[in-house]
Amino acid sequence: MSELAIDRTIDRSHMQVSDEVAIQITGMNKWYGAFHVLRDINMTVNRGERIVICGPSGSGKSTLIRCINRLEEHQQGQIIVDGTELTSDLKNIDKVRSEVGMVFQHFNLFPHLTILENCTLAPIWVRKEPRKEAEATAMHYLEKVKIPEQANKYPGQLSGGQQQRVAIARSLCMKPRIMLFDEPTSALDPEMIKEVLDTMIELAEEGMTMLCVTHEMGFAQAVANRVIFMDQGQIVEQNEPKEFFNNPQSDRTKLFLSQILGH
Amino acid sequence: MSGTKANSASFVRDTMLSEQDPPITERGVVKWARENLFSGPLNTFLTIIGAVAIYIILKGLAPWLLHSVWNANSAAECREIIAAAYGEGAHGACWGVVRERWAQFLYGFYPSEHYWRVNLTFILLFVALAPILFANLPRKMLWFSVIYPAVALLLLWGGSVWVPVAALAGFALGWLAYRFALPVTGSLAATVAAVLVPIIWWLFFAGWFAGLAHGILPLGMEQVPSSKFGGFLLSLTIGVTGIAFSLPLGVVLALGRQSDMFLVKTLSVGFIEFIRGVPLITLLFTASLLLNYFLPPGTNFDIILRVIIMVTLFSAAYIAEVVRGGLAALPRGQYEAADALGLDYWKAQQLIIMPQALKISIPGIVSSFIGLFKDTTLVIFVGLLDPLKGITDAIRGSFEWKGIYWEPFLFPALIFFLICFGMSRYSMYLENKLKRDHR
Ligand SMILES: Nc1ncnc2c1ncn2[C@@H]1O[C@H](COP(=O)(O)OP(=O)(O)OP(=O)(O)O)[C@@H](O)[C@H]1O
Ligand SMILES: [Mg+2]
Repeated sequence: MSELAIDRTIDRSHMQVSDEVAIQITGMNKWYGAFHVLRDINMTVNRGERIVICGPSGSGKSTLIRCINRLEEHQQGQIIVDGTELTSDLKNIDKVRSEVGMVFQHFNLFPHLTILENCTLAPIWVRKEPRKEAEATAMHYLEKVKIPEQANKYPGQLSGGQQQRVAIARSLCMKPRIMLFDEPTSALDPEMIKEVLDTMIELAEEGMTMLCVTHEMGFAQAVANRVIFMDQGQIVEQNEPKEFFNNPQSDRTKLFLSQILGH
Repeated sequence: MSGTKANSASFVRDTMLSEQDPPITERGVVKWARENLFSGPLNTFLTIIGAVAIYIILKGLAPWLLHSVWNANSAAECREIIAAAYGEGAHGACWGVVRERWAQFLYGFYPSEHYWRVNLTFILLFVALAPILFANLPRKMLWFSVIYPAVALLLLWGGSVWVPVAALAGFALGWLAYRFALPVTGSLAATVAAVLVPIIWWLFFAGWFAGLAHGILPLGMEQVPSSKFGGFLLSLTIGVTGIAFSLPLGVVLALGRQSDMFLVKTLSVGFIEFIRGVPLITLLFTASLLLNYFLPPGTNFDIILRVIIMVTLFSAAYIAEVVRGGLAALPRGQYEAADALGLDYWKAQQLIIMPQALKISIPGIVSSFIGLFKDTTLVIFVGLLDPLKGITDAIRGSFEWKGIYWEPFLFPALIFFLICFGMSRYSMYLENKLKRDHR
């Protein structure tokens, strides 16, 4: 866990939180076998929100955001994403997945495909876009994450930071309305963390709705409009970043913050 | 360092020494031998043992090979020639048997005036395989690969042109059924239709159609019954067909074994474990004897076809396990990324999972193929003439070649080796070509 200072000025003109609800989670519970991993989660995310989720290891952060695009199944309660409720109905799951992008800790690029093919695969096969069009879109997003010159290489030839930026571009090619990040920088060296965070900040500046599990508290302070603290499968505390860091309410939050911020 | 500065140095060598070779002990064969053969007491000991073994083998084999006779028409003639040339009691290889009987090794008892049909089938096999083996060839060539089985069926067995046409028509009907059912009934029902329609066609209408068409337009070739097949013609027919069908079946079984659906999973596991637990010969006996009890009397179910089915099922069970190993080697993240991008199960399998899992499994799959191809010699046990024992026994049973032993084994062994070695080299080529991690 590191605290990288964000030294750039952030353009907040497009960072607006609207009244429209993007994600609505009510009374959600999840078990792994007998292990109660998520307990009574209630949470509303409005369009344009940038939420950072933090908490100790094993607190259920990954599980929570993986429930939002149904990589994990919940057993109780309701998750509604962009007006579509997640049930075992495959149609709904497909609809939600086509609107929600996800970036993983270990990038999960497809090693047998070039960077460009990684980015065009889903648009061509899921969205049925013509190849030419998909490639143009892919190049656009690769330029945005600043690696268009790598388009014809394979993931194995790129650095970790570059791979993660490709992973972000790959998600963006599906034109998602919500982006989920699960510790996108925790497998990276400090240099590379910065390039990935920069990409994420640019995304936030364009008004993307984002849920980030991360321990980059500099990022949380600069970009997030809300920080959620989880422990033992529960949302313990949530607040806007300034309040959250300066004036934590619960003892568990205080302990956690003192541990990761080192004071 | 600039030119003027160099002069200020206290010592500068101005005549360069000529290049020298390293000392003899550090160079070429001597260095190699020291490092690889005599690097320590154990290594030296093993080298000597190895050299002695090679000497003993060569001492036995060399005279036999050096006394080879090519131009002889019987075993007795061979022995006379060797005795005349190298003295009474000398041993020598008699390759005359290969010279005289090579056709039998290759074609079995296929009528010789029809050898061209076999040859043509063999040449066309390469045309059909080329676009599958080498991705840089034009994709249009795959159309020939698709109709090749029908062409081969017609060329090898002969009979009416309409039989393979009727067989192919089944696939076309299946495709049509899928196309027309898809918009009306959805993908599951369309898939079922695509499977059922061809089966119904083959079972009830194909024969009738072929007969009718042949009545109107009798086109065809002279029939050659399966009993005339033998040698490498038989091995390759069974081997190539078995290989072509066991890979897709193996992939399906591997996926079935991983399925969440209880019935699919149980059937796949049961099938794989049963087949792997039973010797291939048992399955071949089942094919040749038992099926007769179950099939309605009077059904004419070709013995080669039955053997092909059994060999395919046998190999598919092994390939399923090899592919399962490849699937297990893929990180969970690959499945999750595919899911998160909205790819459905089949697209994820086709585009993400299988290309990687199969690539990992190439060595194992090719091993299974090589095993399958060599196992085709087991058809001797159901009365078919395999190149190794079937044909060899037939030759040794003949009057001229009585008493000949090794030569008729070595010739098919050589051909087996060439084919299997070819497969193994191709697998290495493919692995290299698909290498993507340039680490
Ligand atoms: N597939 C699974 N089966 C059983 N238990 C699981 C499974 N996945 C996670 N868990 C457990 O659920 C709990 C929450 O896991 P989760 O990955 O959501 O934690 P996390 O907050 O993301 O932790 P980290 O910071 O280490 O990533 C952990 O105790 C973990 O051991
Ligand atoms: Mg986690």
